[in-house]
Amino acid sequence: MTETNRPKIRAQHVEVHYGDARALHGIDLDIHAHEVTSLIGPSGCGKSTFLRCINRMNDVIDGCRVNGAMFIDNEDIYGDHMDVVELRARVGMVFQKPNPFPKSIYDNVAYGPRIHGLAQNKDALDNMVETSLKRAGLWQEVRDRLHESGSSLSGGQQQRLCIARAIAVNPDVVLMDEPCSALDPIATAVIEELIEEIRSEYTIVIVTHSMQQAARVSQKTAYFHLGNIVEVGDTDQIFTKPGNKQTEAYITGRIG
Amino acid sequence: MSLTFLSISILVLGAYSFLFGRRRVRRLSAQIDIKQHSLDGYHGAFVMACVVLPAFSFAVLWSGFAPLIINDWLREFIAAGSSALTNAEVNVLVSKAKALQAGFINERFVGPNTVEAADYFSGLLEMSSYLRAIGTLALALVGFYFSQKLIAPRFAARQRVENIAIWVMIGASAVAILTTIGIIFSLIFETYMFFQQVPVLDFLFGLHWSPQIAIREDQAANPGEFGMIPLFAGTLLITFIAMLVAVPVGLMAAVYLSEYATHRLRNFAKPTIEVLAGIPTVVYGFFAALVVAPLLRNSGADVGLVLSSESALAAGIVMGTMLIPFISSLSDDVINAVPQSLRDGASALGATKSETIKQVVLPAALPGIVSAVLLAISRAIGETMIVVMAAGIAANLTANPFESVTTVTVQIVVLLIGDQEFDSAKTLAAFALGLVLFFLTLILNVVALRIVNKYREQYD
Amino acid sequence: MTDTSTSMSVSAALKSPESAARLKARYRAERRFRFYGRAAIGIAAGILIFLLSSIVYNSIPAFTQNFVDLDIELAQDKIDPNFSYDTAIIASADWQGLIKASLRRDFPEVNARADKRELYDLVSSGAGDWVRDFVLDNPQSIGGVVRIAVPTSDDIDLLIKGLIDRTLPESDRLVSNKELVWLDHYTAQDRVNAQFAWTLFTAGDSREPEMAGLSGAFIGSLLTILVTLAISFPIGVMAAIYLEELAPKNRITSIIEVNINNLAAVPSIVFGLLGLAVFISFFQLPRSAPLVGGLVLSLMTLPTIIIATRASLASIPPSIREAALGIGASRLQVIFHHVLPLAMPGILTGTIIGLAQAAGETAPLLMIGMMAFIVDTPTDITSKATVLPAQIYMWANNPERAFLPKTSAAIVVLLVFLLSVNATAIYFRKKFEKRW
Repeated sequence: MTETNRPKIRAQHVEVHYGDARALHGIDLDIHAHEVTSLIGPSGCGKSTFLRCINRMNDVIDGCRVNGAMFIDNEDIYGDHMDVVELRARVGMVFQKPNPFPKSIYDNVAYGPRIHGLAQNKDALDNMVETSLKRAGLWQEVRDRLHESGSSLSGGQQQRLCIARAIAVNPDVVLMDEPCSALDPIATAVIEELIEEIRSEYTIVIVTHSMQQAARVSQKTAYFHLGNIVEVGDTDQIFTKPGNKQTEAYITGRIG
Repeated sequence: MSLTFLSISILVLGAYSFLFGRRRVRRLSAQIDIKQHSLDGYHGAFVMACVVLPAFSFAVLWSGFAPLIINDWLREFIAAGSSALTNAEVNVLVSKAKALQAGFINERFVGPNTVEAADYFSGLLEMSSYLRAIGTLALALVGFYFSQKLIAPRFAARQRVENIAIWVMIGASAVAILTTIGIIFSLIFETYMFFQQVPVLDFLFGLHWSPQIAIREDQAANPGEFGMIPLFAGTLLITFIAMLVAVPVGLMAAVYLSEYATHRLRNFAKPTIEVLAGIPTVVYGFFAALVVAPLLRNSGADVGLVLSSESALAAGIVMGTMLIPFISSLSDDVINAVPQSLRDGASALGATKSETIKQVVLPAALPGIVSAVLLAISRAIGETMIVVMAAGIAANLTANPFESVTTVTVQIVVLLIGDQEFDSAKTLAAFALGLVLFFLTLILNVVALRIVNKYREQYD
Repeated sequence: MTDTSTSMSVSAALKSPESAARLKARYRAERRFRFYGRAAIGIAAGILIFLLSSIVYNSIPAFTQNFVDLDIELAQDKIDPNFSYDTAIIASADWQGLIKASLRRDFPEVNARADKRELYDLVSSGAGDWVRDFVLDNPQSIGGVVRIAVPTSDDIDLLIKGLIDRTLPESDRLVSNKELVWLDHYTAQDRVNAQFAWTLFTAGDSREPEMAGLSGAFIGSLLTILVTLAISFPIGVMAAIYLEELAPKNRITSIIEVNINNLAAVPSIVFGLLGLAVFISFFQLPRSAPLVGGLVLSLMTLPTIIIATRASLASIPPSIREAALGIGASRLQVIFHHVLPLAMPGILTGTIIGLAQAAGETAPLLMIGMMAFIVDTPTDITSKATVLPAQIYMWANNPERAFLPKTSAAIVVLLVFLLSVNATAIYFRKKFEKRW
């Protein structure tokens, strides 16, 4: 395999159970670096569950079991030697609803570098915060009020703050769980632009309900249905000539 | 007629009038062919309410206020019987006459005047009881007569009954207000009397507390010293020790149970901690005085520390134990109110669980925790039995937890236990202390509730 | 790649040795934090276990009582000289004298007055009651000599139970050497026996530990709680219905609400002061009476009941109200036919918890004199009475050593009582709990 063809993330037969209920029925999926992969599908199809498997956020939920293997850079993240804290430092996440900590804007962004000890001194930390806010396109708006509370920002700004917070540690992978579902169209457009800008530096996996968004931001698309992957492929191809009847039905709006 | 018998009579009359009203509207409706406005039962209930409510209120009010008037008459009777009696002597004779009438003392121990007064008193009591019975029954009959006349098929009995019910409920709600007014007025009135005898500033800022216990008549003239600072300092010392125990233990227990514990541990540990809240304070007092205090004193002696057997430490530790469930259940609520998304946000960045808790959850829950601590302080300040049994009586201005201190509540109990003269500075001082206690706890509660309400808005 | 010079990638950073050390330290902190949490729970549970076990352990001796079998000569002329067979005459005989005579007969060598007094101290000063009760049950025994078990005095009882160390020098122990000899005489004849201490449950209060029991305090508690229930339940529920369902949302309502929340946190002793100033001093109600105790506790319990009732009413979904209103029921019909029955389990649970609190309350009752020494069992709500917690307080203050196990036993009784009350509340909650 060449360097570019080797998948960044490889899921092998990933199964998830919540108690007795099976949410994922053995997912196989390769996700490549420096592109955006979107996961689409109707509600309850397991796309968010799959996303949370990539940084082991399902560990938090009581009674949740994950079987199968998930490799990042050829390393099984469910292996015995994997440290969750390190894993999550490498795999950042942005949530559906913006969830800034009840701290200042500065402290929100600096939180990751601080706990992982990435900055040697105050200047380096200031630098990281500034860079991250710039990359998240928020710097111009907040540069004069870095010490105000993160919750004083508007919804769209809060979400960009959360993105800045996630990329402040310079992770390899960024997971986004419907990042725009709580935002208005203008804020959504800003976030989508941002995703396009940072895509070259990270591996981005995004769960979205909006087909248009998937078409706009992603290079690869995987269609989930009832805990299975129905179809994976280049976004252009999936949206123009889907190979599967179910996918076509969903994309054309016949399954909601 | 005794109050019990009277109440039963009213209830029987009420039951009868219910049946009567119901039967009457049925009969009237049967005669003419129009639609009845309210169900039969409402007509019955209307008559019943008109019979029972005024009669019962009259009986209760009479029972409450008649003794006041009778008491005044008895005083006048005794004062008129022999002139040149001081107020205090009249008081003594009044209570003697009452005790004689109730059969607590024998005729042999009192003078003939008192026997006469007791006869007069029992005559008044009897008359009052007759008048009460007559008045009550008369009101019941009047209510019956007028209400049953109103009964008719088109009479809006339901509306009337519902209005009456709402007014009764408003009256019930007013009891809470009346209680507060009662507390404030009785405390302020007695405190005002106290400040007639002892200057306000001496009370608030005095460093010495030694209310004289009058053993002989001539000692009663000496009012003693009433500086509340040592009591206040003792209260704060014990409260502080209690908080040192309750806050870390309660808070950490709440954090562990809500963030870490398995279902099984939670199901076992939560009720266990709640049991601590259900134990009566007198039991804690016994535990502090007879188990913890000797234990501390002996172990202190082993390492060369001299502990008073009524040390502030013992009372404080046990009081802290009592407050553990209080802090932990309130903190549990506020910790659970912190949205899960904040925890997810932190752990998605690679924070460990304890980092998430210390750096995100607890700061977010801080206002709630602060108000829980304030409420616990208010409890500790007002707690009585533990300190009455385990803390000292002598006022001692010290910050040494091994020594014995006394508290505001202890002094209230000490000043009021046993027979007391109602207008001595000693008795009145208890009310002044009570007023201080009331306002202190009130302020703490109001501040705590303010903080909690602000905090709620944040996450709604 | 674009500019990443400001910070290296986290994967690279995490591979450095400092990072590994840092991670170790972070996990140590994590373990420490967990340990603190477990320790906190351990401390709370440990104190509870220590408290309960020390009290139960101290209480065990109080549940048995030692009796000594004495041969009592039931001489006719000492009991019923005129053959009246009148219970009142028989009951008023000098029973204690018969016991003393019996003791003298067993130890004829004791002559000095002081020694005799010591001898009589072997048995309880209330032991005559046992002889009297025996004779009243068996009138045909008058004239004969009967062996009757009578309670030993408290110090002898403690000695037999091992709570007084007989190896101590005589001056340090409450039982004298002579008493030891006499007691050993009876023990050798197998005339000293332990029985279950029924006295604890059947007798009223007494200055003599071996004669003291809880029945008076228990009845007093019961009467007080009944008064509390009769006043606070109807008023509390009506007030809660009005505030939750009917009251207009205006300033007066919100003042009442704030006021109720604050009343719930007023120290209980302040309610005692209120009771003293208003009920006793102003309204001239009798001191030490369950009526006044119940009134004070009602005012104290009212906020608890109102708050619990409101919470219970608020948990009934509005759909039920709307459905009933839609059929044309009036507001009060909706409340009394639909909402209140559904809310009742919650209301009852709250009421029981409030009453259990009131039953354990002591401080306000001290203010209104419900800690007087009262031997008789109260008969109605205006007679003098005490309550269980106040009885515990009085016994705890009594310097007689034998009151220590008694007090612990009284606490055990109180805790069992409260536990069963709370268990009822939990049963109600579990049985009728509904999730909407």
